[in-house]
Amino acid sequence: MVKVGSQKGLGLFSGNEAIAAGAFEANVSLGTGYPGTPATEILENLVLYPGVYAEWCPNEKVAVEVALGASFAGYRALSTMKHVGLNVASDPFVTAVYTGVNGGLVIVSADDPGMHSSQNEQDNRHYARLSYAPMFEPSDPQEAYLMIKEAFEVSERFDIPVLFRTTTRVAHSRQNMSIEGLRKDREPLFVRSAEKYVMVPSNARKRKKDLLIRVRRIKEYSESTDFNFIELNSHEVGIVTSGPAYLYIKECFPEASVLKIGFSYPLPEKLIRKLAQEVELLLVVEELDSIMETEIKSLGINCYGKEFFPADGELTPGIVADGIIKAMTSLKQKSYAIGWTSSERVEKIPERPPVLCAGCGHRNLFYVLKKMRAIVTGDIGCYTLAVNPPLSAMDTCVCMGASIGEAHGFEKVQPEESKKKVVAVIGDSTFVHSGITGLVNAVYNNGKSTIIILDNRTTAMTGHQDHPGTGVTLKGEKTVELDFEKLAKAIGVKYIAVVDPYNMKETEKALREAIEFDGVSLVIVRRPCVLIEKKKKPPYYIDEEKCTGCWVCLRLGCPAISKKGDKAEIESYMCTGCGACEFLCRFDAIHLVKEKTDG
Amino acid sequence: MDNYSQSNLIIAGVGGQGNIAASEVIAMTAIKSGLNVRIAETHGMAQRGGAVHSMVRYGKKVFSPLIPEGDCDFIISLEYIEGLRWLHYLKKGGMSIVSTEKRLPYTVSAGFSEYPENPEKIYKKYGSAIFINALELARDAGTERCANIVMIGAFSVFESFPEEDWLISIKERFRGKFMDINQKAFFLGKKAALTEVKQK
Repeated sequence: MVKVGSQKGLGLFSGNEAIAAGAFEANVSLGTGYPGTPATEILENLVLYPGVYAEWCPNEKVAVEVALGASFAGYRALSTMKHVGLNVASDPFVTAVYTGVNGGLVIVSADDPGMHSSQNEQDNRHYARLSYAPMFEPSDPQEAYLMIKEAFEVSERFDIPVLFRTTTRVAHSRQNMSIEGLRKDREPLFVRSAEKYVMVPSNARKRKKDLLIRVRRIKEYSESTDFNFIELNSHEVGIVTSGPAYLYIKECFPEASVLKIGFSYPLPEKLIRKLAQEVELLLVVEELDSIMETEIKSLGINCYGKEFFPADGELTPGIVADGIIKAMTSLKQKSYAIGWTSSERVEKIPERPPVLCAGCGHRNLFYVLKKMRAIVTGDIGCYTLAVNPPLSAMDTCVCMGASIGEAHGFEKVQPEESKKKVVAVIGDSTFVHSGITGLVNAVYNNGKSTIIILDNRTTAMTGHQDHPGTGVTLKGEKTVELDFEKLAKAIGVKYIAVVDPYNMKETEKALREAIEFDGVSLVIVRRPCVLIEKKKKPPYYIDEEKCTGCWVCLRLGCPAISKKGDKAEIESYMCTGCGACEFLCRFDAIHLVKEKTDG
Repeated sequence: MDNYSQSNLIIAGVGGQGNIAASEVIAMTAIKSGLNVRIAETHGMAQRGGAVHSMVRYGKKVFSPLIPEGDCDFIISLEYIEGLRWLHYLKKGGMSIVSTEKRLPYTVSAGFSEYPENPEKIYKKYGSAIFINALELARDAGTERCANIVMIGAFSVFESFPEEDWLISIKERFRGKFMDINQKAFFLGKKAALTEVKQK
């Protein structure tokens, strides 16, 4: 038996920390995943527990496959990803529901309603329906901690992988709670069974029939689990809800009767009917899509939902309160009031979008690309921020790895005589995630696109996680470093250049050559993320005498440079000494602070 | 605060200013008074110099991590204008505690929009407000990076948690040299807020 205290400690747990703590107690042997907001910290915490092996995988598909292998071997495994990561992992995932598990297998899908840090807000409750996998949906960290333990029990009891859906407000909210920190050993056993684990059509047909039987049994569980419960209060209105929306209802309308759904697939039909019988009006409050509402209506039960609550964006206490008030007013001719009133928003506050950090090498590359007027197919990472002015140097961004395929497609359909320069831009971690196959495709099909790997030696946007290209594992151990140059050579790329974006002249030269090259060309723009770079360079200042106010330096969009009257100014504590502005200044007005003090 | 009420805070600032650390120190201190706490944070894309905020709620019983609009007691603004984005959340009698540190958003430095001329006036329209030169005090404490804790020190004047608990929370959250600097920052912020209050 192992006992540990809280890893981050102090009794204040985020949803992600609580999931890691619960998974440890549930005797998880292996954790996998790919970094993605809001899921990232689960694995970063899980790896700290004794007796747990955890690793970053190149992408979510591999992550689920590794976890599945551990499950087949008889050990409990957890795989974590953001919602769109499950799209990547859906291939192994959907068939794993047929095979079932040996050791418990839970897949965390961290959804992002409101798209705080995502390219879409798909509702992954659909994946439970698509695959027949049972689904848990916690409302807060405390519940996530308890539920993840139950999720492993359910997985083994019903021989099925379990989906565990959190949202940003569960993953990235914190509350005070205590954990047991205890785990008991269990004895795993792998039993060979080709009928169960080899999904050739003849076996898969049998497993599909078996799956439907399993789902019927799980439905009984859904009626009896403590995570689905009715709180009977007023008979006027009953609300079916799940996730954080439950907390908003408790906040706004504590007098309402509620069916709180914590285990959301399959839905507990009997509990729903029971609540419906008790109340005059049945509402469904669910974030994003109309899933429970549609299913409840298909049971022949009268209820209301999306007429009063939005199908886009994140729910808030205010939105939930408004929706309930509207519903009560229009359906029951009854007016309700809540305990707070908001004031008018302050107008004309300047927007403050996120920007590339001062000293970020990406900035220099995009400055050059903009100058070259290239069409830039973009990808997912910090560099996507280059879409914002003043750089405005990105034309597309869809999903992880898409930039390379898109550039190839662009290139293939443009007529030769009016061909525009098309350049794909992809980060190092994203390239490993799902850019490699795109590169293979471009070379295989005699493409001519130019691909730029923005190699900042880390997965920066999600908070600096290692990946195969950094040569360090999640545990912090040294490992083989994936060599992009050699990989590209092996794939058959004939033009490969490696440049430092701080040298903008060289970078531009390499890019021009690459674009001219008759074939797929690869430029690796390598400069460690300025936030992980330990060696600090001295900052620059602007000589007011020489500055003419031409504003060329401002075109970089560096947060350290701003207008001060009719001159530009560098905030020295923000400047990291990258020298991009000095390179661009035509009036010799930008110098190192060091030179100033040296006289 | 009495046993029945609940306090709701919004900490607004710019990515990189230590918004999450500030909310954690407040939450850890509230826990020491036997209260329940919930925090909602901003991560990921929203960082990198963009506008960020966290919501902190504590009391005997707290449900939602999100504060309903119009139910916020305190806005702690780590930058001069960031708190303005949340003023409509402030309840009647609510208060803003504002750092006078200006960080020009790119939209301003590039000339697309203007930095509000008189933020103090706007804050005061929505409730009471005090203004703290947190950047200067942070420099006095040892580093600009502890400006967030200067603001926590200022906030501590308006909440009845024991001073000792604040200091322990800072100790738990920061290590080594940074812990000492932050404790110093806390006292400088507290003193500045007390001076402000006395002047009124």
